[in-house]
Amino acid sequence: MLRRRKRTEAMFKIVGIGSLALAIGTLALLFGALVVEGASRIDWQFLTSFPSRRAMQAGVLPALVGSSLIMLVTAVVGIPLGVAAAIYLEEYARRTWLTELIEVTVTNLAGVPSIIFGLLALGLFVYILGLGASILTAGLTLALLILPVVIVTTREAIRAIPVQIREAAFALGATKWQTVSHHVLPYSAAGILTGIILSLSRAIGETAPIVTIGALTFIAFLPPAPFTDQPPFLSFEWLMSPFTVMPIQMFAWVSRPGADFASNAAAAGLLLVCMTFAMNGLAIYVRYRMRKRVSW
Amino acid sequence: MSGIVCANVFPGKDPVVTHVKLPRTESAERQGWPKSIKAEVRDLSFAYGSRVALKNLSLPVAESRITALIGPSGCGKSTFLRCFNRMHDLYPGTRYEGEILLYPDNRNILARDIDPIEVRMRLAMVFQKPNPFPKSVYENVAYGLQVRGMTDRRVLDEKVEQALKHAALWEEVKDRLSSLGTSLSGGQQQRLCIARALATDPEVLLLDEPTSALDPIATANIEELLLDLKQRVTILIVTHNMQQAARVSDWTAFMYLGELVEFGLTKQLFTNPSKKQTEDYITGRFG
Amino acid sequence: MDKAVAAMQDGISARQPTVAAIGARRKARQRRELVIESGLFLAALVSVAATVTILAILFSESLGFFKTVPLIDFLTDTLWTPLFANPHYGILPLLAGTVVTSMVGLLVAIPLGTVSAIYLSEFASSRTRETIKPVLELLGAVPTIVYGYFALLVVTPALQTLWSDLPGFNMLGPGIVIGIMILPLVISLSEDAMRAVPMVLREGSYAVGATRLQTAWRVVVPAATSGLVAAYVLGVSRAVGETMVVAIAAGQNPNLTWNPMEPAATITAYIVQVALGDLPHGSIGYQSIFAAGLVLAVMTFAFNMLGHIMRKRFREIY
Repeated sequence: MLRRRKRTEAMFKIVGIGSLALAIGTLALLFGALVVEGASRIDWQFLTSFPSRRAMQAGVLPALVGSSLIMLVTAVVGIPLGVAAAIYLEEYARRTWLTELIEVTVTNLAGVPSIIFGLLALGLFVYILGLGASILTAGLTLALLILPVVIVTTREAIRAIPVQIREAAFALGATKWQTVSHHVLPYSAAGILTGIILSLSRAIGETAPIVTIGALTFIAFLPPAPFTDQPPFLSFEWLMSPFTVMPIQMFAWVSRPGADFASNAAAAGLLLVCMTFAMNGLAIYVRYRMRKRVSW
Repeated sequence: MSGIVCANVFPGKDPVVTHVKLPRTESAERQGWPKSIKAEVRDLSFAYGSRVALKNLSLPVAESRITALIGPSGCGKSTFLRCFNRMHDLYPGTRYEGEILLYPDNRNILARDIDPIEVRMRLAMVFQKPNPFPKSVYENVAYGLQVRGMTDRRVLDEKVEQALKHAALWEEVKDRLSSLGTSLSGGQQQRLCIARALATDPEVLLLDEPTSALDPIATANIEELLLDLKQRVTILIVTHNMQQAARVSDWTAFMYLGELVEFGLTKQLFTNPSKKQTEDYITGRFG
Repeated sequence: MDKAVAAMQDGISARQPTVAAIGARRKARQRRELVIESGLFLAALVSVAATVTILAILFSESLGFFKTVPLIDFLTDTLWTPLFANPHYGILPLLAGTVVTSMVGLLVAIPLGTVSAIYLSEFASSRTRETIKPVLELLGAVPTIVYGYFALLVVTPALQTLWSDLPGFNMLGPGIVIGIMILPLVISLSEDAMRAVPMVLREGSYAVGATRLQTAWRVVVPAATSGLVAAYVLGVSRAVGETMVVAIAAGQNPNLTWNPMEPAATITAYIVQVALGDLPHGSIGYQSIFAAGLVLAVMTFAFNMLGHIMRKRFREIY
């Protein structure tokens, strides 16, 4: 009887490890499939070429540039908004119905499928505001998409700062904003940074909302440069430029028949996975460092 | 911060010890009050939401003396202390009634039209658990001055040194002003917090069980320090430790269930209490 | 140093601010604080504005759609052919596609997720747990488009070696991949739920001689039920809204079937298909994706609410 119980227990352990291994094995398999299919395709030519009808001459240059520029817009818009909203909710908001409403909408937005954000962008940014399928539209869409993630992680980071620290600052005559900007934000910076990196890593892989706003899939040019030789040396024309991004480029290649395009897709996928892994790794590292340093 | 350089933002603060004449409404209750008063609490009540925590307290705070607040835990002594620098304003649903008059300008610091920040600039507070900022020792001490708009590095250096000396910490940290305040020992951290509070030349120093998280040696150091400091600043200290109150304070107030039971000279209150409850408490029958 | 001396050194008498100066500084300080607070408040309102705008756009465009298509047809017609000469607008085929792919996903994610979570929560050492959780997080961070590639070009060909008549587009492959995709979410929420079960309950079970496994199955899992269900429901919500995997690998043809071996479009796949085309703004086809989006939004909203309510209730118990 005892032996049977032990055997069942051991078997369950194997099943448990097996199912975890399956989950993690899939990740390995996925990565392996991308490497086998795509790694040989990644070279200088692939990184610096425009898309082409001939798979072997095609590249991801406009997608890389597009992804970078869109992340820039997303970060510039989404991060300050998200951090500010989190500060408001944690440090300023009194318990009113309006605060309650804000909290509910944040929770809800976090669960809205990304394609719905695409429909929002299509209706609002593309048509009502007339921004077209531009870098600005895509950046704003993804900024809204990451907003709840930034808010939630920032709030968690802020909440971890003990109330005694705030009281110490207030007792010395600091105003609310001085307390927040001199103490709360600097001490929670690592946690906030982790959230920001994770949210951007999510945004960089998003496909559905970008497809929905009608982004072109064949872009054989780069957006106008943000710097000019004329004063004021900055140009924002690129904001209104059509674009492509890494996931869209990959989508375009996946949808095309032919083994050559499949390997282009795998190569693009490999790049994309490496980017998100790098960002996630960085976030995990920052969090780990923060945990070691915590001293409350 | 605004560009005004100012060494002292406290209005009407006279560095010379002021003897305040009591208002003429002198009652029998005022007998046995200190001669020179820094602050006077009149009929103070306080509530968190619907829970009344303090009931009709009236009490003087003697100038340049140490006044101890004692009483069993939950009696409202910390709540009372936190009224003095309007800490309760930070949280919703709190309500004050009555007055705390601060002399010599005779203003009610609980008045609605008084900005709590200005109150906190005059009355500094040290908390139960040492709470230095995770910044350098120097930045910790200089913070209150910077908040007041002081940017002159030379003046800051001088004030920081002075405050650390007053807090009897200078000798121990003068070679590591740039190391983290949180890296000091518990007793040093609490003295750092005292230095931080002293740096701005407060009129009153509020201490909320400042030694409850410290070992006996660190506690003795702090008590000694308080005795030195009372020349310089009026001190109001909450303590759960009756020996401590007896050792350091000049005046003692015993509180029970949100009410003031007895106030008097420490010597008298501990040797010859006039109320039964006080006697029971100091002889250890409850609490 | 004496205070009076210090004051004299600072030239206090010359620079002592007047009451008016203090008043002016207070005003400036209060104004600055108010401006900052208002700014932060406006930022916080953005999420309300976004939610309202999403609802407004979905409803207003759907309204145009329902002017042409009676609601009853939308809900009961078994054909979805908005781009044909003789258009039909029945949401059922798209809904069926969504339900079938999500069901396949759940059949993968619930057993695997629950068993993994039990293992992590009740058997694994804390070191194992600390290593595995970030790996699961990575699994959840892989862009969905990559999972789409995986479904079309790895999983489906593998399945075809088992069933040679499985079409290149089918719901089984993407369904399985969706299951794997939501697995990290299900594991992490389930594990949270089981770890929240108080130690006392486990100790009670051990005290009467139960093994770890018996304790896990008969005490921990029942005690964590509502937390587990919340995890599944939030997993469903994610599966229903998943877009790229099905758009790539399940096919583009609306097909009212419950057989996962067949190809069929889901609600999300249809939206992608239309968005890739060039439908003019204001046309019925354009409006139809908002109607489809509204259905999707209502479904995910309902699942999210249910999930959050259950999670909250579960948290209140412990």
